[in-house]
Amino acid sequence: MDILYLLVPLSVALAFAIGAAFLWSVRSGQFDDLEGPAHRILDDDDRQRETADRDQAH
Amino acid sequence: MTTDSPTLQRVRAHAASCYHCGLPVPAGARHRVVIGGRARDMCCAGCAAVAGAIVGSGLESYYEKRDRFPESPREALPDIVGDPRVFDNPEVQAGFVAEPAEHEREAALILEGITCPACIWLNESHLCRQPGVKAVHINYATRRATVRWDARLTSLSAILASIRAIGYRAHPYDACALEAAQKRESRGLLARLAIAALAMMQVMMYAVPAYIASAGSMPSDVSSLMRWASLVLTVPVVFYSASGFFSAAWRDLRARRLGMDVPVAAAIAVAFLASVRSTLAGAGEVYFDSLTMFVFLLLGARYLELRARQKAAAYLEALARAAPAVANRLLNFPLCLNFETVGAGSLVAGDHVLVRPGETFPADGRIEQGDTETDESLLTGESRPVRKHEGDSVVGGAVNRAHPVVVRVERVGEQTILSAIVRLTERAAHARPRLQEIADRVAVRFTAGVLATALAAGLWWLLHDARQAAPVVIAVLVVTCPCALALATPMALAVATSEMARRGLLVTRGHALEVLARADCFVLDKTGTLTVGHPVLQNVRLLRGSREEALMLAGALERSSEHPLARAICAVARDAPAATQLRSAPGHGVEGVVAGRRLRVGNARFVAELAGDSTGVPAPEAGEQSVWLGDEEGPIAAFGFSDALRPDAAAFVQRVRSLGARVFLLSGDAQSSVRATARTVGIDEWKAAQSPQDKQAFVKALQAEGATVAMVGDGVNDAPVLAQAQVSIALMSGAALAQGAADMVLLSGRLLDLAQGMQYARRTLRIVRQNLGWAMAYNVVAIPLAVTGSVTPWIAGIGMAGSSMLVVLNALRLARPGRKHPLLAFGD
Repeated sequence: MDILYLLVPLSVALAFAIGAAFLWSVRSGQFDDLEGPAHRILDDDDRQRETADRDQAH
Repeated sequence: MTTDSPTLQRVRAHAASCYHCGLPVPAGARHRVVIGGRARDMCCAGCAAVAGAIVGSGLESYYEKRDRFPESPREALPDIVGDPRVFDNPEVQAGFVAEPAEHEREAALILEGITCPACIWLNESHLCRQPGVKAVHINYATRRATVRWDARLTSLSAILASIRAIGYRAHPYDACALEAAQKRESRGLLARLAIAALAMMQVMMYAVPAYIASAGSMPSDVSSLMRWASLVLTVPVVFYSASGFFSAAWRDLRARRLGMDVPVAAAIAVAFLASVRSTLAGAGEVYFDSLTMFVFLLLGARYLELRARQKAAAYLEALARAAPAVANRLLNFPLCLNFETVGAGSLVAGDHVLVRPGETFPADGRIEQGDTETDESLLTGESRPVRKHEGDSVVGGAVNRAHPVVVRVERVGEQTILSAIVRLTERAAHARPRLQEIADRVAVRFTAGVLATALAAGLWWLLHDARQAAPVVIAVLVVTCPCALALATPMALAVATSEMARRGLLVTRGHALEVLARADCFVLDKTGTLTVGHPVLQNVRLLRGSREEALMLAGALERSSEHPLARAICAVARDAPAATQLRSAPGHGVEGVVAGRRLRVGNARFVAELAGDSTGVPAPEAGEQSVWLGDEEGPIAAFGFSDALRPDAAAFVQRVRSLGARVFLLSGDAQSSVRATARTVGIDEWKAAQSPQDKQAFVKALQAEGATVAMVGDGVNDAPVLAQAQVSIALMSGAALAQGAADMVLLSGRLLDLAQGMQYARRTLRIVRQNLGWAMAYNVVAIPLAVTGSVTPWIAGIGMAGSSMLVVLNALRLARPGRKHPLLAFGD
């Protein structure tokens, strides 16, 4: 049971870390647009990739 | 090579369709652009230019990414939007451009024409490659772009032009304070809610072992450790998440009121202090789990309510955005058509402006030259274009759809219909519904009772079993939490109000919904209410003089009148001179002097009075409205008008009747025409030739019999009777004054929407009653249980939450079925 003395405080610290991270993300506006980034991540603009695609197609 | 989504491929399978926009390529068109190594057919020069610009800036892969066609650039020809260079003017920029650093500018833009995520990508990448552009961010949900640029290297007009080059339209967006405040509010609440949720979950983890452990099976140091951990996690909940409840309770107490937040704050404080004491002492009960859950559930309910409220405000935002930033002022009309582009705010009444197709009318005015079609869908919910001819009035905020027109500005800024609607909506957003005031008053007494009960129960238990005192007090405070009571009404009203605005019925005063639901008498005006309100001159019956002279004299008198019949005369009498000594007798007519002759225009009696006798006034023909013109020698001519009935007038009357309400028709028009209208739409009780005072007296008499009167009207002379009725509904086409006096504005102009609104209001009231009934019944059962100590605080918390959730979900039933739920749809 001694491990609880480590785990319980650790879980508290973790909860605080998560809370702080969430607060930061709310403040920096990450919850204002929930759709855009999901699309944007697929759209990384990479010309080399395009060339590679074209090469493959040939 | 490029690969298309199946939809696009299907369209492509049809031989000649434009590679860019998907429209058929006209025979003989010779527009080709090389995309993906192949020459592609384009339907027009516009598409070719856009596609060329896209390929030219190396963004060819747009064609792979997209899953929908863009709008055809033919609808967005670059030159119809006007000279963008005006946006470089610091004065014009003042509203929407910020200066985050030296030489740096940041503007909020609205992007139009975005159909799929690929459009966002295309715009962002394209803009990023423009010289001088530092950062671009486009919000997918709101179609709003934030662009930051170096003022030394580029200009806003160049940025707008580059967006236009790839086929989209961008215009500056005046980020109003309203939106910023909303964002802050919902962000703050979201953060509080999330912190409470996080703490609740974690505290529950520590609490569960204590609940399931049999007595003595958990070492006391472990249980103490759990308590300390819970305490540490609860501190942010109490001091951050719940801080709103404390400050609200403090505000209430200082104002010597008892609000809903007082028992909430008391419950949180008592639970927290008792738990801290137990933790420090290492013995006794702790309520951290109940406490965090309680705060989380309360905040959750408030967040839902906030979203419902902001949904309703989104409409207002769209309206506020409708007014354009710039206008084309004609310098020397009618001599020439040269114009300068000025900020819309600097227009004054009497200016002539050129409004080209695709542009928005900058102010209310009258078309001086040209015929066109306008789109007023944002203002009225009417999606069909409205035909406008020379002499017709146009509303600022409407969009010119067909041809360029010259408009003489009549009302600007605050006086326009658009800003009247914005003001009314704002007023509605701030008004406190009477139903809610009643609920609040009940809740105050209820709150006082709860506090007294908790205190008495606490004292009693302190004397008999001191260990039970704290849990009983907390259980009483939590279980009775009046939030179900407090949520019952506002939730239902918020959902109902926004739902109704979407259907074209704007609620501008708090009590309107409730009274509309209870209304048992509908009093209708005729002109503009049952009829379309655009009478046209049908015939002129001359007693003496010529037709042209009669029209000219009548036009001179009626030129400044807002009355629809006056408008109809002026539409025919184009170049009437100005009359002097104008005096208007509301409900009767206008008197004035034209070229030395004293004249009157109005109803038969009013005109005959000028000559001193009422002989020689022939009766008007059945079913026709008429206006007389006369001088001191007697009547000169009678003008006959006809006004089409609204297509849904009869259906509306029938519907309202079937809902158990009586329908009356009161009109200032002559007997015969009112009788004909009443017969057509099926109204048995009608009165003709009513002055505004008569109408008001009639409504007063109805009210004396105990009736709840809903007045549907339009026009300036309806203002007194609109104010007299318990609930008044003005039609959008009515004069601004009438709308100011009205509790509701029927923006759509469809009477059936009003009948539907009434049914909807009844449903809302029913749901509010169910909610209040439930909240009461729940408390009647729960309070005795809590007082006797048979409810632990955490069961109390769940009971409270269950009852609040039931109330919220019940209110959400008011949202339109079969749609994505408005509260669950984030963003848009």
